[in-house]
Amino acid sequence: MAIESKTERRRPQLIPWGQLAEVPWWAVIILLVGVLIVYFIFTAPAYTDAFLFLTAGLRLTVTVTVISFGLALILGLIAGLGRVSKNTVIYTLASLYVEVIRGIPMLILIIYFAYVVTPLAVDLLNGLGSAMLGRVSADYLVAWGNSLAELNIQDVDLRVRAIAGLAFGYGAYEAEVFRAGIESITRGQMEAARSLGMSYFQAMRYIILPQAIRRVLPPFGNDFISMLKDSSLISVLAVRDLTHLGKLNRARTFRTFETWNTVAFLYLSMTLLLSLLVRALERRMAVEE
Amino acid sequence: MKNSDVIIEIEHVYKSFGHVQAVVDVSLNVHIGEVVFIFGPSGGGKSTLLRCINRLETVDRGRIVVDGICITEHPKRVDIDKVREEIGMVFQLFNLFPHLTALQNVTLAQEKVRKRSKEEAEEIAHNLLKRVGLPEKAYVYPDQLSGGQKQRVAMARALAMNPKIMLFDEPTSALDPEMIREVLDVMLDLAREGMTMVVVSHEMGFARAAADRMVFLEAGSIIEEASTEELFANPKEERTKRFLSHIL
Repeated sequence: MAIESKTERRRPQLIPWGQLAEVPWWAVIILLVGVLIVYFIFTAPAYTDAFLFLTAGLRLTVTVTVISFGLALILGLIAGLGRVSKNTVIYTLASLYVEVIRGIPMLILIIYFAYVVTPLAVDLLNGLGSAMLGRVSADYLVAWGNSLAELNIQDVDLRVRAIAGLAFGYGAYEAEVFRAGIESITRGQMEAARSLGMSYFQAMRYIILPQAIRRVLPPFGNDFISMLKDSSLISVLAVRDLTHLGKLNRARTFRTFETWNTVAFLYLSMTLLLSLLVRALERRMAVEE
Repeated sequence: MKNSDVIIEIEHVYKSFGHVQAVVDVSLNVHIGEVVFIFGPSGGGKSTLLRCINRLETVDRGRIVVDGICITEHPKRVDIDKVREEIGMVFQLFNLFPHLTALQNVTLAQEKVRKRSKEEAEEIAHNLLKRVGLPEKAYVYPDQLSGGQKQRVAMARALAMNPKIMLFDEPTSALDPEMIREVLDVMLDLAREGMTMVVVSHEMGFARAAADRMVFLEAGSIIEEASTEELFANPKEERTKRFLSHIL
């Protein structure tokens, strides 16, 4: 009450500085720059050309990110459960995965999965195929063995290798998010579930994970945004994502400014849109808590 | 009482946490239909002893047999989940599942553990919620319930499994005084119906009304064990007398 009457008595200002300070100016500036670039895309031929050329890469960037993140969540769930396991072997394997992966730069992981892990996996499958051929007689198994034995490294699409690198790389981070979420649920929840006769996995599935995942949705959202950005690294594999098409467009047109302005603008509009969604999610959860 | 009536057999049980000895050489038998009331000062090992009965804590030494199954054998040789199905537990802090409605709290284990159909489980749950006086709260989430209501839902959840034994770990200690009554009333009903109950609590009124036998536990050891009438009328141990005079 006291504060209200004080503001009422104050003389009305010509420019309400107090209110102006509360406007998120950074968003306004980004919006203006965005509008400007959209305007260029519609009017300046170099921008229009770059935009049309780049949109093909936009699709790959989004697809790779969505698939990789889905796989990373699955890997993260498995490794995260391993990280809270009391079984020493499982815990050690999960920790090894998390610690090794998190200590290697994402760019190196992508290269490593594409040019080291994939050839190794192909060799392994070749060996498996040859071994099968000598031992099986059923037609479909022979066919399988043949295709495995004749599998060539070139047959493994670089897009698939890119997805593997991103998925295994991010899986380690998601594992820690899962672990944090699981550990944030009080011990009493597990005890109550177990005392009702539920097994450890039933308790995890019906009691712990539903609560834990709700809590870690915002971090998942932020990691998804990070992955969208990190997916630009797969351009080293000459996969035609947004970044790689940027390089190609520059080489094709020599329009360096227009090309990279458009590339940056496209990434920024996707990430900003997504972070708005994450923020809305956080607000909704804060209300519910 | 005949030995065949014994449903919980605790023999020379020890349990320590690091250097703290929580339970020291405790032996105790509970018979079918009996209400055993465990009391004593805080940190005396009451809750630990109770939690050993359904192996929420594993004992360091000693033997516990519940309903004919020795649960202190090597963990791999005992299907503890099967034993726990028969033991209902009520916690001090309720431990309701906050992401499920009151009804779902009561139906979940029925469906997943007892393998009852959804319809059957819900019918049982509705009946139990009615019995604990909360028929109108079936579709409400735990955060909209008062402490006493939460504890009553928690009791319905445990009872839905048709347990042979109910363990109560200070069920009223986290409640406002006016809510204690409603929880104790449900417990009294249960005792009258002949449920085997082991109750860790400070509610001496409940003990007087419902307990068959009382156990005074201090520093992990049983100081005195006697029928309820006897323990109230003439406690033998000096320590028991002093404790009772403080809280009565």
